Amino acid sequence: MKNIDSYTHVRGESIYLDDIPLQAGTLFAAALDSPIAHGVIKKLDYTEAEKTEGIVRIFTYKDIPGKNQIGSIIPDEELFAETNVHFSGMPVALIVGISPEVLRIALKKIILEIEQLHPITDPREAQKKGELIMQPRTFRLGDVASAWKNCEYIIEGISEINGQEHLYIETQGAYAIPQESGALRVYSSTQGLTAVQSTIASVLNISMSNVEVDTTRLGGGFGGKEDQATAWAVLCSLAAYHLKRPVKYSLHRMEDMRMTGKRHPYSADFKIGLNKDLKILAFEATFYQNAGASADLSPAVMERTLFHCTNTYFIPNVTATAYSCKTNLPPNTAFRGFGGPQGMFVIEAAIAKAAECINVHAAEIQHKNLLKTGDEFPYGQLAESEAHECWKKADTLFHFEQMQKDIDDFNIQNKLTKKGMAIMPICFGISFTKTLLNQARSLVHVYIDGSIGVSTAAVEMGQGVNTKILQVAATIFSVPAERVKIFSTNTYRITNTSPTAASTAADLNGKATEIACNEILKRLKQVAAEELKVNATDIEIKDEYVWIGGKKTVLNWNNLVLLTYQKRVNLSELAHYTPQQIHFDATKEKGHPFTYHVYGTAAITATIDCLRGTYEIDAVKVVHDFGQSMNKMVDWGQCEGGIVQGIGWMTMEEIFYDTNGKLRSNALSTYKVPDIYSTPKEITIHPLETKKENLAIFQSKAVGEPPLMYGIGAYFALRNAIKAFNPTVNIPIDAPMTPEKVLMNLYDKINK
Amino acid sequence: MSGFPKVENYFLPLNKIKATNLHFILNEKEVKPLPSEAETVLDYIRSVQNLKGTKIGCREGDCGACTILVGDLQDGSVRYRSMTSCLMPLVNAHGKHIVTVEGVNFPDRLNLVQQAMADSGATQCGFCTPGFVVSLAGYCLSNQDATKENAIAAIDGNICRCTGYKSIERATDIINEQLKGKNDPIEFVVKNKILPEYFSEIKEKLQQISEETKSLIEIIKRPEAANKFFVGGGTDLYVQRHGDMKEDNSFLFNRRELNFISKEKNTCFLGPAVTVSDLRTSEIITTAIPQFQNFSKLVSSTPIRNMATIAGNFVNASPIGDFSIFFLALDAQIELDSIEKKRTIPLRKFYKGYKQLDKTLDEIISRISFELPSKNTYLNFEKISKRTHLDIASVNTAICLNIENGIIQKAGLSAGGVGPIPMFLEKTSTYLQGKKINNDTISGAIETMKTEISPIGDVRGSAAYKTLLLEQLIKAHLMPLLNN
Repeated sequence: MKNIDSYTHVRGESIYLDDIPLQAGTLFAAALDSPIAHGVIKKLDYTEAEKTEGIVRIFTYKDIPGKNQIGSIIPDEELFAETNVHFSGMPVALIVGISPEVLRIALKKIILEIEQLHPITDPREAQKKGELIMQPRTFRLGDVASAWKNCEYIIEGISEINGQEHLYIETQGAYAIPQESGALRVYSSTQGLTAVQSTIASVLNISMSNVEVDTTRLGGGFGGKEDQATAWAVLCSLAAYHLKRPVKYSLHRMEDMRMTGKRHPYSADFKIGLNKDLKILAFEATFYQNAGASADLSPAVMERTLFHCTNTYFIPNVTATAYSCKTNLPPNTAFRGFGGPQGMFVIEAAIAKAAECINVHAAEIQHKNLLKTGDEFPYGQLAESEAHECWKKADTLFHFEQMQKDIDDFNIQNKLTKKGMAIMPICFGISFTKTLLNQARSLVHVYIDGSIGVSTAAVEMGQGVNTKILQVAATIFSVPAERVKIFSTNTYRITNTSPTAASTAADLNGKATEIACNEILKRLKQVAAEELKVNATDIEIKDEYVWIGGKKTVLNWNNLVLLTYQKRVNLSELAHYTPQQIHFDATKEKGHPFTYHVYGTAAITATIDCLRGTYEIDAVKVVHDFGQSMNKMVDWGQCEGGIVQGIGWMTMEEIFYDTNGKLRSNALSTYKVPDIYSTPKEITIHPLETKKENLAIFQSKAVGEPPLMYGIGAYFALRNAIKAFNPTVNIPIDAPMTPEKVLMNLYDKINK
Repeated sequence: MSGFPKVENYFLPLNKIKATNLHFILNEKEVKPLPSEAETVLDYIRSVQNLKGTKIGCREGDCGACTILVGDLQDGSVRYRSMTSCLMPLVNAHGKHIVTVEGVNFPDRLNLVQQAMADSGATQCGFCTPGFVVSLAGYCLSNQDATKENAIAAIDGNICRCTGYKSIERATDIINEQLKGKNDPIEFVVKNKILPEYFSEIKEKLQQISEETKSLIEIIKRPEAANKFFVGGGTDLYVQRHGDMKEDNSFLFNRRELNFISKEKNTCFLGPAVTVSDLRTSEIITTAIPQFQNFSKLVSSTPIRNMATIAGNFVNASPIGDFSIFFLALDAQIELDSIEKKRTIPLRKFYKGYKQLDKTLDEIISRISFELPSKNTYLNFEKISKRTHLDIASVNTAICLNIENGIIQKAGLSAGGVGPIPMFLEKTSTYLQGKKINNDTISGAIETMKTEISPIGDVRGSAAYKTLLLEQLIKAHLMPLLNN
């Protein structure tokens, strides 16, 4: 089944935040943000700006009736800077006027003087100075200290990983409309409606019940609108609250890029020990997460780095410590993978470096250490592993050894063009690691004309969650898809929502929908049984008809629904779902945090032009553990898109802050995401086709985040290609592998 | 079209036409907005016309979410080119057919492009999708052969963050299947119900409007001093100087008499309104410089090339302006006109310092001339950027050599990104003259090059990288000539 939005998408008829018809009298807002990364505000004078024709009012922290605070996990983030600025891009004031154009003119007239303080941009510097978001955390398994003596090989290293700009094509934005009695309706391009709702309530000092947040869809989110959509909605609400007029703020791309956080850059130290059979006996890692100026979601992101620090391998002795380091960058935030990719990159870097030192192929170490069912993760959960199955199927289909041999032959024959290959197996845990977030509600209505409406907490952002939820309802009621409509996500219909994140939305909201539909179905069957004078257990509803004992009756869906209504039986249901199996004890760092894991294996090949340092990714061939995919088009699309986004992160996407903490890659002209020419020439995806039971909706495993991590293989494929040209080079582990780094490494030492 | 217009005609002060309605076709209907109604075509279609299918992604021509088609009369038929509406001044729509995604919709079904995109799963969040649909509709309306390469080139300016493009590639395969036998494109798409029927009536309407357009140009053909900008395609001005663009400017893009590519003996002349796409499709250019297609494919994207002018690239004075670099190697001459005087200078003397030109505010490039390569000419252009396409160079360089009997008679080597201006590498060029091409010459050229560049580290690379890169690119220029 196609994404249900396809028809309106291709016609340009889908409505995004910026397309919502404006009410008469709507005003426009824009933030004045700090041009300095760290400093003390000495002067803020907007008298001239406020006199500009068309400007209605300028707001600062002084206008906040409640708390000047938007931090979600830790209350450490001001909406407006009061005395100090902590990152370049931090909002200081909000300017509101009759058109976006007048804002542009007036913004230039605001006088903002800031006394500059030393900005920290390096997480290791922050850690040394004790600038931490929270206490460090350590995951432990076995005893690393005593394991080293059993190791034949011990390899240490440093790994640098840059961040990533979300670059949803729709920028952040919100539109707040005052309602009667001080209430607000807020359209927000957010993945987390309740965060928006509760933050507006606390900033304005009104109750959550007075804040209706509504989201139809996002033009891409990728985690960037999980927590960071909140500020804009709060700003619009603050202005709407005071002015009693609708206020809209749709960010310009450059505002979005400089004011919002990104995927966290990390710096990490690692030490890995293997025995002579290449079994990894011990692994030690210290992660320095560059959190930015406030917590945002960094504590949870850091936690997931630890959860995934051994990727898909069983390592009996592990000590992994992570520091969330406070720097003067915009608060870094959720991004597809949520810290997991950074954790997995470091273990893969350790294996790659070990392979280079021992002089074996990294794949040999990877394969020898794959998780088996029953193996323990460092956090205590036992694996239900598909790691070997995925690897084996991939090897059977793609012939790893032959692939490598073809590359070696090519490299012998070609002097100025070299190829490289890497295998990237993955294991990714599904669930919010904060256990309480694993709950969802679904409100299902059946109308008297037989049409069905479903409301959940899930936010559609291209990942197809609404399509899957629709499939759940249509399957359970056994009606055509056309009968089902998925409503916008709205805090007046669904309360206390968990964000659409962690790949969980289809599972949590789908299962809640499944329960709600089954409940209504039970009532429909009861009514049908009474009408047809049989037992409800004999009733089946199939293809829009009531069936008894495998025989179709004359009672159809429309009549049954109408009859149910006439009998005054409830045709609506609000259902609640939470997976029972999960728990985690943060005091011990042990538990069973994930409902299940997703596995897969990819082979990635790349070609380098050794004269120019440019490269192409030739192929990504994957065996992926979909469970039993309930929607091939959606799931394959998530896989392909995730892979290319992961490759972008590892290759051309380079966040560039100068030492003053100012973002230099601040536009699409300076920050490059993959275009159609840079996508791999071939992406092949095979399903594992396992029949194993799992806890996913309809056994169809979550697919949003895991495929991104196949992209990590691109980094190591390029690294191997460089070594084919310059075998003695000691390539620093420093992602992304830009053309600059490729060229510098190709000619390192050769030039000297 | 090689006519040499009078200087007064370059000046098109907007204030003279502020009260004069523009006239163009927007999808199916004719519209007559005042130039003051909106700055860009994007703002006009979204805010004034309330056509929300065209999306705002970056406002700098780098994402393609706002792509529209611009149709105009060329040699008696309507030619459609894709453009990014965010960088297109509203006045440039005058006399044209502007097509948004709404303009390619059938009332009750999907068109070929839309159906292929939907069936291939080529739309996820959907925000970039209308841009892709419009670009591909333009491809259906073009004279290009239905090949994979051409279809992909049509969407090289569209960024998608969700799909990874493979599903979009699959959609283009479906589209290409249905374009077999395309001859007269407009007749074909209408007859085969690929696009709405009204496309067949556009030619006649444009012809009618064209008559009115002429009279409007008469009204505004008067000199006006101290204009702020001469706006060509606007592809950089509307990015860098967006806030200043409300001022009275002179718009050159629609001036047909300024858009000429001509040839006298071996000298080629370009008018100031000539776009990159005009060059790519010019027989004069493609005959004399067959590699021009490949060189220019490295420069921005199809919709930007459809707008960006060569003269604009010169005047923009970016140290990494691709066509400044290309034409520096070719030793292009530029004619500068103002009301008082007219003069000709070599492009190599045009750049005085970072963004400093040998040009007064009221001077305009009226003509560019250069010698077309002969059979003894070796011409090459190299450009390296983080992303191969639709990116700004870390380093770009061009070389033009006249070689006789294995000896370099004349050399022009230029490089961008290695100094404050687009650089003509005079010392290295001089060094190369009289030399045979061998490894020693290459090494010598590289050593000389290093004495005349001064790269700085920035978002496009460190100084050390840029130096090494130029060294490699000089090898890339000269290595193909070894053993010849």
